[in-house]
Amino acid sequence: MVKIHPSEITPEHIYLRRREFMKGIGALTLGALTLAACGGNVPVAELNENELFPPPEANGKTDELGNPVNSYTEITTYNNFYEFSMDKSSVASLAKDFKTSPWQVQVGGLVNKPKTYDLDKILKFEQQERIYRLRCVEGWSMVIPWQGFTLASLLKEVEPTSDAKYVRFETLYDPAQMPEQKDKYFAWPYVEGLRLDEALHDLTILATGLYGQSLPPQDGAPVRLVVPWKYGFKSIKSIVKIDLVSEMPVSLWMDASPNEYGFYANVNPQVPHPRWSQATERRIGELSRQETLMFNGYEEEVASLYAGMDLKENY
Amino acid sequence: MELSSQQPTVQKQGFGIPLLKFWQNHFRLWVHIGALLPLGVLVWMFFTGNLTVNPIQAASQRTGDIALVFLLLSLACTPAASILGIKEAIRYRRTLGLYAFFYAALHFLIFVGLDYTFQWDLIWDTLVEKRFIMLGFSAGLILLALAVTSFDWWKKRLRKNWKRLHRLVYLAGGLVVLHYFWAVKAGIQLPLLALWVLLALLLIRIPTVKEILIDARYKLTRFFRS
Repeated sequence: MVKIHPSEITPEHIYLRRREFMKGIGALTLGALTLAACGGNVPVAELNENELFPPPEANGKTDELGNPVNSYTEITTYNNFYEFSMDKSSVASLAKDFKTSPWQVQVGGLVNKPKTYDLDKILKFEQQERIYRLRCVEGWSMVIPWQGFTLASLLKEVEPTSDAKYVRFETLYDPAQMPEQKDKYFAWPYVEGLRLDEALHDLTILATGLYGQSLPPQDGAPVRLVVPWKYGFKSIKSIVKIDLVSEMPVSLWMDASPNEYGFYANVNPQVPHPRWSQATERRIGELSRQETLMFNGYEEEVASLYAGMDLKENY
Repeated sequence: MELSSQQPTVQKQGFGIPLLKFWQNHFRLWVHIGALLPLGVLVWMFFTGNLTVNPIQAASQRTGDIALVFLLLSLACTPAASILGIKEAIRYRRTLGLYAFFYAALHFLIFVGLDYTFQWDLIWDTLVEKRFIMLGFSAGLILLALAVTSFDWWKKRLRKNWKRLHRLVYLAGGLVVLHYFWAVKAGIQLPLLALWVLLALLLIRIPTVKEILIDARYKLTRFFRS
């Protein structure tokens, strides 16, 4: 039998329905029983779809510390994406019609060669799988098999000038598609920032996919930042603008609540948060808490970026 | 009554009146069913995997919400009796208050047992480190004291002091609402709603406000009768 990659042939409506179908083992069993009970009335295609298109698979099964990757269902049904909803389990359904094509990312500011990238140009950067831990500031975490490319490779193309010290990112502003942007509680659009050396670090990627497929809307399609040693909110989704700047950008969360969210937002079990435990975390799918690692376990790679800095001051 | 005399079908009487009587006679039963229903739904969602992929956090938040609702319902009984004239409401004040405590206790047990798996050093750290946990814990202690002393035996024993002690429920209400405000990341609509309800329930207890409302009710009923 010829092996066919799921993403090549699964029509989107089936693809979405299958995910609903996979919501829980209980639901799956119940579904199977119902189908079995229906006997002759079962449309054969219904059963076959599920067999033909198993959940997508990642190439790697664990991160470098041996932690198993979270399931596709977990990664795509529990999302913090306030542009769509504050309820993590509602984002997937509210974002399902989000238009990610055509899509452009404007890269400019203090660069020699400002450039606007169409999505297909972004996908031409050499894509590689990176299995990263994602630690949310809310005290939960996942292990996610991303595909993407280093931000450094993109920044090299536009040639930052010597005045460029920081990188500022912006999410799409489109209240018609992102209903919560009508709410003026936050200063939309979502803005994030990195110091230039953080942005150029090899661990910092622009992700375009996960589990071997293009990013689903709820996970920040079509292109998002992933900075694995920082709290999840730094990894801005659905990026349309990247600017090189000389001053430290003010992120949406710094603006909303400056005493809770700093510019650096490095994962740090020593710096408490008024609401959530930062000393421990719950890996989604696991029952007991585990200790949070300094820089989310990437201390060896990134600690030198912050040599001599007081990380309690610069939280 | 007028309705049933207009439609004197034997079947309707034979069916409807016992049902109404059952409803009236067993109202307490319905209160218990209604109060335990949210728990049933929660347990069902938990075991069918419908409580998000982070079910412990979801269960923790929901039991907290439910406890707050019952606390407010319990606080609504006195004004419902005195202002609206629904005298029976007072008979359910304790029951609803005990359910508030029941869900608050679940909320606490989920936090201590499921979320932190009885790791007391970690629990102690969060208690002293996070003001919202401290507030919730204080409110929980008040509710515990009120639940324990809610029975007639204590009422007789404590006499005047019983009433004084049970006024602490207002403090507990305030602490819980503030706990809620500080626990949410963004989107303060629900804590704000709880705050307005609590403030309204406290406001209508002020004697002058209460008299104005009772007076208004009499005028209204007279207007509709004439």
